[in-house]
Amino acid sequence: MRSEPVILGVAFGYLALLFLIAAWGDRRAEQGRSLIGSPNVYALSIAVYCTAWTFYGSVGRAAQFGPSFLLIYLGPTLAMLLAPFVIRKMVRIASAQRITSIADFISARYGKSSSLGALVALIALIGITPYIALQLKAITVSHAVLVNYPEAAELRLADEPFWLDKSFWVALVLAVFIILFGTRHLDASERHEGMVAAIAFESLVKLVAFLSVGVFTVFVLFQGPGDLFARVAATPALAERLGLDAVPGGATGWAGMLVLAFLAFLTLPRQFQVLVVENVDERHLARASWLFPLYLLAINLFVIPIAMAGLLLMGGDADPDSFVLTLPLAAELQGLPLLVFIGGLSAATGMVIVETIALSTMVSNQLVMPLLLRSRRLHLGGRGELAGWLLGIRRVAIVLILLLGYLYHALIGDAYSLVTIGLVSFAAACQFAPAMLIGMFWRGAHRRGAALGLIAGTLVWAWTLLIPGFAQSGWLDAGFLEHGPLGLAWLRPYALFGLEGWDIYTHSLLWSLAANVGLLVGVSLFSRQTPLEQTQAALFTEALHPQLLQSSLWHGQTTRGELGALLDRYLGSAATARVFADAAAGEEEDAAAPASPAQIARAEQALSGALGNASARVLINSVVRGEALDLESILSILDTTSETLEVNRRLEQKSRELARASEELRAANERLRELDRLKDEFVAMVSHELRTPLTSIRAFAEILRDSGELPEEKRRHFLDVVVKESQRLSRLIEEILDLARLESGRLTLNPQRLDLVALTRHSVDAVHHMQEDRGVALEVAIEVEVAPVVGDPDRLEQVVINLLDNAGKFADEAEPRVRLSLVRHKNHYRLAVEDNGPGIAAEERERVFEKFHQIQRPEESPDKRRGRPRGSGLGLPISRGIVAHLGGRLWVEEAPHLGGACLIMELPQAPAQTP
Amino acid sequence: MLSAPRRRERLLALIVLAVLLFTPPLVLVADRAGTVSWLPLYLFLAWGLVIGLAAWLLEGPPGSTRRPRRE
Repeated sequence: MRSEPVILGVAFGYLALLFLIAAWGDRRAEQGRSLIGSPNVYALSIAVYCTAWTFYGSVGRAAQFGPSFLLIYLGPTLAMLLAPFVIRKMVRIASAQRITSIADFISARYGKSSSLGALVALIALIGITPYIALQLKAITVSHAVLVNYPEAAELRLADEPFWLDKSFWVALVLAVFIILFGTRHLDASERHEGMVAAIAFESLVKLVAFLSVGVFTVFVLFQGPGDLFARVAATPALAERLGLDAVPGGATGWAGMLVLAFLAFLTLPRQFQVLVVENVDERHLARASWLFPLYLLAINLFVIPIAMAGLLLMGGDADPDSFVLTLPLAAELQGLPLLVFIGGLSAATGMVIVETIALSTMVSNQLVMPLLLRSRRLHLGGRGELAGWLLGIRRVAIVLILLLGYLYHALIGDAYSLVTIGLVSFAAACQFAPAMLIGMFWRGAHRRGAALGLIAGTLVWAWTLLIPGFAQSGWLDAGFLEHGPLGLAWLRPYALFGLEGWDIYTHSLLWSLAANVGLLVGVSLFSRQTPLEQTQAALFTEALHPQLLQSSLWHGQTTRGELGALLDRYLGSAATARVFADAAAGEEEDAAAPASPAQIARAEQALSGALGNASARVLINSVVRGEALDLESILSILDTTSETLEVNRRLEQKSRELARASEELRAANERLRELDRLKDEFVAMVSHELRTPLTSIRAFAEILRDSGELPEEKRRHFLDVVVKESQRLSRLIEEILDLARLESGRLTLNPQRLDLVALTRHSVDAVHHMQEDRGVALEVAIEVEVAPVVGDPDRLEQVVINLLDNAGKFADEAEPRVRLSLVRHKNHYRLAVEDNGPGIAAEERERVFEKFHQIQRPEESPDKRRGRPRGSGLGLPISRGIVAHLGGRLWVEEAPHLGGACLIMELPQAPAQTP
Repeated sequence: MLSAPRRRERLLALIVLAVLLFTPPLVLVADRAGTVSWLPLYLFLAWGLVIGLAAWLLEGPPGSTRRPRRE
């Protein structure tokens, strides 16, 4: 299982699988069905942060320095919590300006300065090479451990010729691999969707591999975490390592490491690549803000148990960096060590792939291209040859970067353990933080300040970390570490200016950042920005400004033909077509027509995506006459908008209030119209209601007057009708008067204490006869003995009769039923009258209390209604008015028993009678 | 609906909390709590707590809608 061919076969098989995933991802991207359009994939791709250094080195660091290894992951956790404030802004800027790398970002912020971009690229190259060396070392060492176990993994790198050294071949294989899928084509947005998909997959693989070893260690080698930690607690030498005393530099070292990891997470070129450049949708940040820290927590969960188990079982002389491999090997397992090896391999390759692509982009765009453009050695013959040039430069850069990493590894890699090398690179990347972060939030930061700060910070870093590293690996005489160069004790690298007792990283970070920030701020305060830098500074600091529209800010002049020729030369005809996509069909051929500002802006963006900001600016300036960018107007936009924004906000609030008020007014107006309509109807209705009985009275009276010889029987009948109609008339007039009094508040009530039960029975008796005539089955359920209320007996009776009468009218046609109930509800009495009619729709329930409102029953034909008593439509409004005057309520509900409408009258209980 | 400024405030408060939890004064307390250092356990618990709160806050706490689409 552990023979050389098997291991090589598995490793190459894994690389081939990665390549397939990447190719698949690229294919899907071309088809527009992106694989990486998910926040989860984005979060996993950020986990490229966890390199071989995490995979093997964390255990080593935990074994030596206790929980301090966790700081490397707590820092990024803090940074990701800040993502909605910081990283979102970076993403917004990068997509607006087509940023391709962190060097491009810093160069664009400080006026598209090509020298600053070159400086950043150079520092990144120097600072990150050791980190790549570390990954090569991890792959080689893990391979050696796997093959040679149980013999020690002897590696005398410098002694043997390089062609026998495995890590040389590892570097070459990786170079070929990265060239194959990192530079397959030149993307205008400099995004590598396939690569991101592969990286996300690798993140899963390394997590699974590490968790497998963890579970194996805790639950197979030991009986769970309790057993393991009981044995650790019993061994004082180990228990000590769990505490803060094991952390180098104590509390200061703790805080320093946290800051170091926080800043490095944002500034490492590969993190910038996956976080900012490869981000496809800034909304993905919300998920990544917690999912990525969760990933970190998961991959670190078993680090301490594995470290402690290794120390307990392997003894003191074993290399703690290899515990992850040697623990399962010692247990004579076959599959698990191979899985661990693959996990480590994916951690290492993931990092090398992204880092090398990021670095090669920087080298080609920030170092080589500006030189070629300046020296005019670049003879581009045909169309779109630049893409070939760029890819060629990048491929060469990839090979050189990996060989540089190999060289570093071969020459001084033995002097440091894994974690130490990684931290040196972290401290180097931190030097970008002031220029980047301060530049994003302070408009005054100046190019010269940034450059001087970067140079000074990097020099201090080199003196306090890099050169001592060379000395410790025997390149230099290590004497100056102890006594300082030329005997100058205050210049000792590990105790600069006599600052002793700090751990070397915190010490280096403090001095380098102090120099860096000090120069950046100090020089900026005394420098004047060029207009272009002013503009870029404004665009960066105000990047989250919603009204910032870049394309309208151009007013330089050029012809479409010239611009098209430039794009054709550098990017090829496809890109040119994209830039001119908005031109009308007829205009396309007209090369002499002026290019629109939007087209110039798009042209520069397209060039930026391929060449970097600084070179794109040089090229655009070569064809655009006049000031390409309207600096005055952009600055005035930005300055005024911050003021007007506040004014705007207030205006918006005011207009919202206005809108609300006018909505209320509109509703009130509607209501008034409705009332007006009701009033008209009322008058019409009243006239109609009055006229009907009047007409019949008059008709019958005329008959009586004109025909003297009517039979006695007929006469009596006519007189009866006249009397009845007169009664109806006077009842109607009484109702109208009641209503008028109610509405004007002049209704005189005679409130007195009375028993609602007795009153209800009386009312029921009064209508009983009439209901029986109509065939209505009346059911009475009075659940209380007495119901003392205060009210006007006549009026209340009128209400109850009216309710019963109404219910009878609206009950079911064929089998009318009405139910009256009287119950006590808290300290009220509720009298409910329900019927088994069709009920009242919810939206109609309040309207039945409007004057003359009569429920429309469309399904009822007019002739069916005949013989049915019609209401005047005044009964319910009057009843409600009376009940309200007595302090009660009257409303409609769904009938609980009979299914029709239910009218409920509620009256408060009368206060206890005082004797 | 939770307005955007309110979410920002809560997130800032969470960051302050995380910094307090992960830095020396509290870390020292956890370190000296018993005969054996409880520091690793404390760190993992605090870490988990911060991640949980962040997830709750960013994935939309109860009674709020998701973060509105950016203009």
